[in-house]
Amino acid sequence: MKKKSPLLKIIGSIVLLGIGVFLGKSFFGQKNVNTVPIPSTMKYRNIGLSNDNTDVASHQGFTGKIIEVRKGSSIQNAVKEAIPGDLIRVYPGTYSENVYIDKDNISLQGVVINGEWPTLDGKKEINDAFLYSGNGILIENFKIINYKGNGVMGQAGNNFIIRNNWIIDTGVYGIFPQYGKNGLIEHNVLSKIADAAIYVGMCDNVDVLHNEVFDNVAGIEIENSRHCLVENNYAHNNTAGLLAFVTPGLPIKTTFDVILRNNFVVNNNHENFGAPGSTVSGIPAGTGILIMAADDVVVENNIITGNNNTGITIVDLATGAPKANDPNSEGNPDRVVILDNIMFNNGNAPTGEIKAIMLTQMDTKGPDIFAYGGGSGSTIRDKNRYRTFGLDNYGIAQMTDTKDIPTLMTPSPVPPRSVSKEELGELTYYGVCAGCHAFGNRLIGPPMEIIQAIHQNNPQGIVDYITAPKNLREDYPEMPPQDYLSHEAKMAVAEYILAMKD
Amino acid sequence: MKKSKFTLKLILSGLLIGTLAGVFFSGQKSTPYYPVPLLMSTCPPGFKLNANNECIARNLYNQYAITNKAGVGGLKSALPEVRDGFSPQEIDLGRYLFFDPALSADQTISCATCHDPNKGFGDGLPVSKGVDGVNLKRGAPSLYNVGYLKRLFWDGRATTLEEQMLEPLFSKEEMGNTPENLLRTINGIENYQKLFAEAFPKRQRDELIALSEITRAIAAFQSSLLSLNSKYDQYAHGYDKALNKHEIEGLNVFRSFVARCAECHTPPLFTNQQFAVIGTPEPDGLALDPGAEIPYKDKSLRGAFKVPSLRNIAKTAPYMHSGTFKTLRETVQFYTDGRGHAVPEGENLLIHWHIWEPNLTDYELDRLVDFLKTLTDESFKPIIPETLPSGLRTSKSST
Repeated sequence: MKKKSPLLKIIGSIVLLGIGVFLGKSFFGQKNVNTVPIPSTMKYRNIGLSNDNTDVASHQGFTGKIIEVRKGSSIQNAVKEAIPGDLIRVYPGTYSENVYIDKDNISLQGVVINGEWPTLDGKKEINDAFLYSGNGILIENFKIINYKGNGVMGQAGNNFIIRNNWIIDTGVYGIFPQYGKNGLIEHNVLSKIADAAIYVGMCDNVDVLHNEVFDNVAGIEIENSRHCLVENNYAHNNTAGLLAFVTPGLPIKTTFDVILRNNFVVNNNHENFGAPGSTVSGIPAGTGILIMAADDVVVENNIITGNNNTGITIVDLATGAPKANDPNSEGNPDRVVILDNIMFNNGNAPTGEIKAIMLTQMDTKGPDIFAYGGGSGSTIRDKNRYRTFGLDNYGIAQMTDTKDIPTLMTPSPVPPRSVSKEELGELTYYGVCAGCHAFGNRLIGPPMEIIQAIHQNNPQGIVDYITAPKNLREDYPEMPPQDYLSHEAKMAVAEYILAMKD
Repeated sequence: MKKSKFTLKLILSGLLIGTLAGVFFSGQKSTPYYPVPLLMSTCPPGFKLNANNECIARNLYNQYAITNKAGVGGLKSALPEVRDGFSPQEIDLGRYLFFDPALSADQTISCATCHDPNKGFGDGLPVSKGVDGVNLKRGAPSLYNVGYLKRLFWDGRATTLEEQMLEPLFSKEEMGNTPENLLRTINGIENYQKLFAEAFPKRQRDELIALSEITRAIAAFQSSLLSLNSKYDQYAHGYDKALNKHEIEGLNVFRSFVARCAECHTPPLFTNQQFAVIGTPEPDGLALDPGAEIPYKDKSLRGAFKVPSLRNIAKTAPYMHSGTFKTLRETVQFYTDGRGHAVPEGENLLIHWHIWEPNLTDYELDRLVDFLKTLTDESFKPIIPETLPSGLRTSKSST
């Protein structure tokens, strides 16, 4: 017995070891690895085929006259002179002014000669270089430096093109269209912006292509906007490279249908210098891509490397912006799709919450992809490629690529709402004239049937009168001139008044 | 037995006929105690009457495409959806009710006491006064363009005008009435019986006036209060000369991302209708008003108020929810004095991200005030009734 026992013990322990290894392998070991054959996105690359032209901005293309602005004169004076369809060409020189464009279909084009750029210099005293509210605005080939607010800011204004601009330290944002539909932002170089270099805010159908953004807090930000394509941009050394998110408390509540494709998102490790209280001031340095509460975001074929916190962070509002609350903002990122991306060398020095969470996983590095909080329906094409955290409930992506979507701009320019002459007359009558006039009775001014009798078949008579009224009646107060109405509105309302029956 | 029964029946029916005839003839003969004109059959300015006897809002902002439901944007942007479709009669009946102190318990306070058309539909006070002159908590907001608003009260606790007005009507501190007493009062006024019959023709004869009819009529009138023809609007519609150099400079400060005024006071209504915590001080002696924290039971909304429209702002001093700033100049100064500079010690308010330190110059602040004054338009101010159905005097004629 005593002699046998060592042998038995050895055999027994070998058997036990074998069982242990078997059990360990089957319970804890790698499961079958599902690899994807060839990433289909390798087969195409949607760059180099820039098919935009001024038709994006207007139906007619360039139709008007050319106004030239040279050193020593003012761009704003040219805008004042311009009418829709005109092109303003600005020659090299320094222009320290705030240019505002409250007209439609105006093109502003810098002319670069011998490396000399037309330069708008805000001297850290002027708020914004370009402010526009019109539709069909084109701004290209400008160097814009040292403003306090924005390089280019749009408030409403559809069908815009902002391209080939070189923007350095223009305050809060570099290029910031707001409330616009159908726009193109391409081939701009932006740096040293204290919030987002390119900020697409509350817009629809915007393509952001071929831009370089660096040394900013946020590189390219798609916020509370829908149908945006961010493609072939080079975002490096920002605090965060590309962002798609929902900010609560804004009047437009959603971000969805965003494609982040073919971008270089590299070494975004800049210290965060965002203004205290701003949304971006809370973003940890080293964030390659941030998706917060945005839905239907596709991340495809990007090169995402060297971002020290994470390559991609996907969070809900409760995690990403826990202070703000808006019961009308749905805070979960749903149906995010991660397709094939090249990711390595991310997460070398995680910070803050991500560092703490990774330490609970016995990991001192941040992951390539980090997901935390709510959200459903998100998928990934090949999870095994990346170091991930929080992607347990991500299924396999149902799509392989987005090659059939060359652009998310609208197929043709957003048409202005067409108002017939009759309708314009009606709107002007009820919106303006009805304050003092009515059909059938006297208000402040005479009843409409008296005016009809005076100006029978003569709308021009009414137009002349309302432009420069002469007090014809002692028993009525003098009418204020309505010269602010456009000629079309004046003629339309004159005809409307003459046609009124009751 | 049979005979006596028959006689009784005869006497009873005779009495009944007599009484009915008496009532009928006396009704015909009696003249209204206070004669009032019949209700208007035409819409107020800014509205077109359609074939269904509904007043539909028509103004120059209807020329612009609707690109978002919130009705926010730039100069040539569509307005949010408006409450319209009321009949001219409902609107005009609402006008009488609005100015009639008969709606309050002691018959001294009407809606117009705090929403005075001669004071921009506010009352010019830091905080409004209720029954017996008691100071209320907040200032009376202007009612211009209120038909476009989706939330009412400073803290946004009501979503319809009908819901909103129940509070001042039946609050002990404000108009002090009760639903029972209000209905008793209005039903007891013969003029109102006639006017309600005219404004609500589908109701049954002799049906009593209902609270929902009173609130609908007042909501109809309030929704008709428009201010969309200011100098700013002329500029927005394309007339460059409507604003002078200083006013345009002010507009550009207003919409710049340095001052950021337009981020919350967004054209064309000059409000984005959201909540914002901006951390204004309360007047001396008043504790911090928790604002929307209370109705929404949400600590992150402590000190939050609905962004007010700025239309006719020059007519509605003093400013902020408790009237802490007397002038527009003081008000714009607040925004450049530092993020959270007036937050009381011990409070940790989640100040809105747009409140920062824009370092606006005195020159820029003056231009902002110049611009704000271009938002004035009272060309559609309604006519205050000279005679009220109750026979009471409009509360305004007493002051």
